Amino acid sequence: MIQIKNVNFYYKDFHALTDINMQIPDKAVTAFIGPSGCGKSTLLRLINRMNDLIDGTRLTGNILVEGQDIYDKKVEVEELRKKVGMVFQKPNPFPKTIFENVAYGLRVQGMKNESEIKDRVEDAIKKAALWSEVERILNNNATNLSGGQQQRLCIARCLAVEPHVILMDEPASALDPISTAKIEELVLDLKSKYTIVIVTHNMQQALRISDNTAFFYLGELVEYNNTRDIFHNPAQEKTKNYVTGQFG
Amino acid sequence: MKAITKQKIVFSILKVMSFMVIAILFLIIGFIFVKGIGVINWGFISKMPEEGMLKGGILPAIVGTLCLIGGSMLFAFPIGVFSGIYINEFLKDGPLKRFMRLMTDNLAGIPSIVFGLFGMALFVNKLKFGDSILAGSLTLGILALPVIIRTTEEALRSVDDLHRQASYALGASKLYTIKKVVLPIALPNIITGLILAIGRVSGETAPILFTVAAYFLPKLPHSLFEQAMALPYHLYVLATSGTDIEKAKPMAFGTALILITIVLICNLLANLIRAKFKKK
Repeated sequence: MIQIKNVNFYYKDFHALTDINMQIPDKAVTAFIGPSGCGKSTLLRLINRMNDLIDGTRLTGNILVEGQDIYDKKVEVEELRKKVGMVFQKPNPFPKTIFENVAYGLRVQGMKNESEIKDRVEDAIKKAALWSEVERILNNNATNLSGGQQQRLCIARCLAVEPHVILMDEPASALDPISTAKIEELVLDLKSKYTIVIVTHNMQQALRISDNTAFFYLGELVEYNNTRDIFHNPAQEKTKNYVTGQFG
Repeated sequence: MKAITKQKIVFSILKVMSFMVIAILFLIIGFIFVKGIGVINWGFISKMPEEGMLKGGILPAIVGTLCLIGGSMLFAFPIGVFSGIYINEFLKDGPLKRFMRLMTDNLAGIPSIVFGLFGMALFVNKLKFGDSILAGSLTLGILALPVIIRTTEEALRSVDDLHRQASYALGASKLYTIKKVVLPIALPNIITGLILAIGRVSGETAPILFTVAAYFLPKLPHSLFEQAMALPYHLYVLATSGTDIEKAKPMAFGTALILITIVLICNLLANLIRAKFKKK
């Protein structure tokens, strides 16, 4: 479970997130929706501390992953990121072979046994539903794959590390409809084993794949409920206007 | 005047100007080639100079220049690359980073004769290396530093930040990310910088004048503490202060041709590597 308690976040003087409180359940898909600039990606990136890389940011409140306060001084950020994986908006495979892309996270952990690495890589690519497409070309450069394949490769790369949580930042927004469908299918397939948080601009996508949905607006969490209620029976007027396409 | 006519005139002027640049380059190379090719043969690049440098070859100057290139790069390449990595990967945007960049640019702007004087004062006299390949290499190395630092920095900056983020997101440290992701991607461009620096260093005369270059030394160097002949200085000697300047002219053009060839080969290599990198 991920607990977000009284979180406020600032980029220099800009107050990006205001008093966010929410609990994200295990082994389910939670969608963050809202118009651009509402803070949904910012909150996502707080969960694996990617915002640490940006200068001039400030956080108050606590974020707990599996009971551990991830901003505690004792927490090593590298260890956290092994537990909380991330898939980015734009497919970003390394300009290395398909095999080495997936093996990267294992090598980061210092794994040396090549046969074990091989097994883990194969396993991860299979889980990402990419195996049949790449099993014969594992030594080809990953950048030659199509965009959709690259994104599934990035998911495989993330899975190889065996994270507990997977953060997805609009993972299908740069892809065509068929590739998008494959990613969505994959997400549904993965949720039995992983806690998935997905940021999306596409409301139909949130409706199709998520169990719970959080609607953000201007840095505030407006409404957070199970997905069906958010879309069919929203409690807030703003949520209703957004999900029915009246703004955003 | 009609706008379109005006545009045509401006375009024509621009065209003539840019063709002139190319024409000058071809003129120089062509001139050196025609004047110099006559003396080029196997003996010219494999023999010692003879009879007051009017006969024989320029082997010690070629070897001397190659030693200076090797020595200066051995010194400047690691320092330059590490500085570039530090400036681009570790310094936050701010006054210190701007200051470092400004200083690098200033270093690049110092006239090469000043490097020569500095090299003589520090390496030859203060550190007592004497007129030597070591002193010359270090002086040329300092001269080459800004080129290497700048190209390294540019090479690193052109690495897509998404690659760094992907690496961090998999639990990699900053150092691991630089070593395994950033540097391999940037390497071809960093090597381009190295080769451009070699081109620059191989042609410099002023920095070696007071630090290493020998007027006439018909033997190959055996240690870093010996003087050596070098192509650019040899060319200067042949053209200005030989025993018979008129008779030495073909030798001078031959030397120039060899020097130009070395520099052009370096530039060609740089372009090949860049092209190969872009194709990927």
